[in-house]
Amino acid sequence: MSDDIVLRTENLTKHYGGVHALMGANFEMRQGEHVAIMGDNGAGKSTFVRQITGVEQRTSGKVSLYGEEVNFGGPLEAREAGIETVFQTLALADDLDVSDNLFLGREMTKFDWLGPFRFLDYKGMRKATMEGLVKTGVKIPNIRNTIRNMSGGQRQCVAIARTATFASRLTIMDEPTAALGVQETAQVENIIRTLKDQGEPLILVSHNMRQVFDLVDRIIVFRRGRIVANLNKEDTDGQDVVAYITGAKTGEEFAGAA
Amino acid sequence: MPDTSHGIGGLTFDKAKRSWPNELNILLALVIIIVVFEVLGQVLPYMNDQSFLFDSRDRFDSIFNEARLQIIILQVAIIGIIALGVTQVIITAGIDLSSGPLVAATAMIAMSFGQTELVNGFPNPKALFGTWAMDLPVVLPVVIGLAFGAIIGAINGTFIAFLRIPPFIATLGMFLICRGIALWWSGGNPISFPTESFKYIGSGMMPVVWFLSLAVIFHVIMRYTVYGKHTYAIGSNEEAARMSGINVKRHKVMVYTVASSLAAFAGVVLAAKSETAQAGMGEFYELFAIAMAVIGGISLQGGRGSIIGTVLGAMVLGVIRSGFTYIKLDGSYQLMAMGSIIIAAIILDQYRQRNKA
Ligand SMILES: Nc1ncnc2c1ncn2[C@@H]1O[C@H](COP(=O)(O)OP(=O)(O)OP(=O)(O)O)[C@@H](O)[C@H]1O
Ligand SMILES: [Mg+2]
Repeated sequence: MSDDIVLRTENLTKHYGGVHALMGANFEMRQGEHVAIMGDNGAGKSTFVRQITGVEQRTSGKVSLYGEEVNFGGPLEAREAGIETVFQTLALADDLDVSDNLFLGREMTKFDWLGPFRFLDYKGMRKATMEGLVKTGVKIPNIRNTIRNMSGGQRQCVAIARTATFASRLTIMDEPTAALGVQETAQVENIIRTLKDQGEPLILVSHNMRQVFDLVDRIIVFRRGRIVANLNKEDTDGQDVVAYITGAKTGEEFAGAA
Repeated sequence: MPDTSHGIGGLTFDKAKRSWPNELNILLALVIIIVVFEVLGQVLPYMNDQSFLFDSRDRFDSIFNEARLQIIILQVAIIGIIALGVTQVIITAGIDLSSGPLVAATAMIAMSFGQTELVNGFPNPKALFGTWAMDLPVVLPVVIGLAFGAIIGAINGTFIAFLRIPPFIATLGMFLICRGIALWWSGGNPISFPTESFKYIGSGMMPVVWFLSLAVIFHVIMRYTVYGKHTYAIGSNEEAARMSGINVKRHKVMVYTVASSLAAFAGVVLAAKSETAQAGMGEFYELFAIAMAVIGGISLQGGRGSIIGTVLGAMVLGVIRSGFTYIKLDGSYQLMAMGSIIIAAIILDQYRQRNKA
């Protein structure tokens, strides 16, 4: 297996009881590549994301990161392995403030010998939060504000700032601009371009055709739990992609899949 | 560079609004209740010249009636210790109904290792075990009591976190089990005559010392440590906490263990204070502890509430109890009044939430 491959899934499958949400997904992405995942609602995009990020345990199949097979027992293991994710549900704690949320699960601490009762380094976390926000240009009125009092777009900004604040080997964003205004969307797209310039790989789940064609190198289409197309941006166009999404077309190598 | 400390994106941040924490409302309520009793004392005809708050013999130099203040806080100290744990459980969006019977069971168990061999030169008439269990160093009964509480809490937490039993049901079951253990331990007989050092744990104002010290410790823990932050995170959004990498199940077990250990400690203090342990002790304690947290502004949906709030909630209950005695209304009225106040506190909380959302 080449080290050039950032992420590879083989026959990745997930059943929720009788619901076959994801079936035999074979996926591969290279270093520095930005890949979009498209597909209708319920096609299995978020399910795919949840299987690679350790949020759920897959029914069968293999996942490898940088050539090494991985079996994440939970989301923290995936984060520690360098996968940063903006989940579609955002995964924010409403009653905590911005910097609490950015560092939730991997707080900066003092007196670590106290185990679970080790102290939080609020000062350090707030400073790092400010730096992260400035770096990403994310706009948040006050980092001491609890998430509860924020708009949908502001919440999304917090979730995105969280991934951008930590160094990562793979970034995954599940519909990061779904709730954002024009300006904020542009901001997120800029963050993504920065990642591209730095050679950091990214998986972007999006319904926005313009955005996808602007940002990524390759487009993967999901339909009813299966991958039905793997298209280089140069070889395709919006109409073509829509044909795959709706089922009017299926890629040759995936024939018989759906 | 944009000024991120104040509203960018057209928003401004109103510092004045945020600096009014919920706890101040409760403090205000506390003051109002005290004033009401003070006024009632002046107005009611049969009260002839007594004062609720001030020293009645020499009231014009504004010296507080220290004896009453002490009683107020002493009355709520033991249940207050339980409430410190219940607060943590409710912040995770759980509930603990087992603490009252756990107090009784722990009182029985701890006391049976804290007995003295000779009472006025005669063998202890309430001795449960042989002389091997007599006059043991005081740490032993305390450690045994705490360990028992920790085990009960760990069982509660395991059922709730790993077997996904709703907290209400799991701790209701434990409520009955603990009452059963309390009755079974000595076959229903009271256990009495503890050693001097065991008595000391609950003597005089010691319960208040324990309550306030533990309140300070847990205030710091909930506010400034990872344990506290994760407790709030789980109550705010359990799924988000899990996705952020918090081991939610393990943390819940820890919270229930801490809560039951606190209840067990309350049992030890109660046994020491009463110098006897009975299976019927701690009746309704679990409910009063929950009431303290609720009056203290906790949200039963989880994620919000504080140790300071609960301490103030305890003071409110204490003042009401003492105030009713002061204006000579008996226990039946007290219960009705407390019930009304609890309902009022919950209505207020929902009103507040609706306004915020
Ligand atoms: N926890 C679950 N239990 C049962 N079924 C589930 C669960 N999560 C997802 N599903 C089902 O799996 C299928 C795929 O869902 P998924 O969330 O992956 O869709 P998606 O492609 O992300 O859609 P969208 O564009 O709406 O976000 C759907 O039919 C959904 O109902
Ligand atoms: Mg989705």
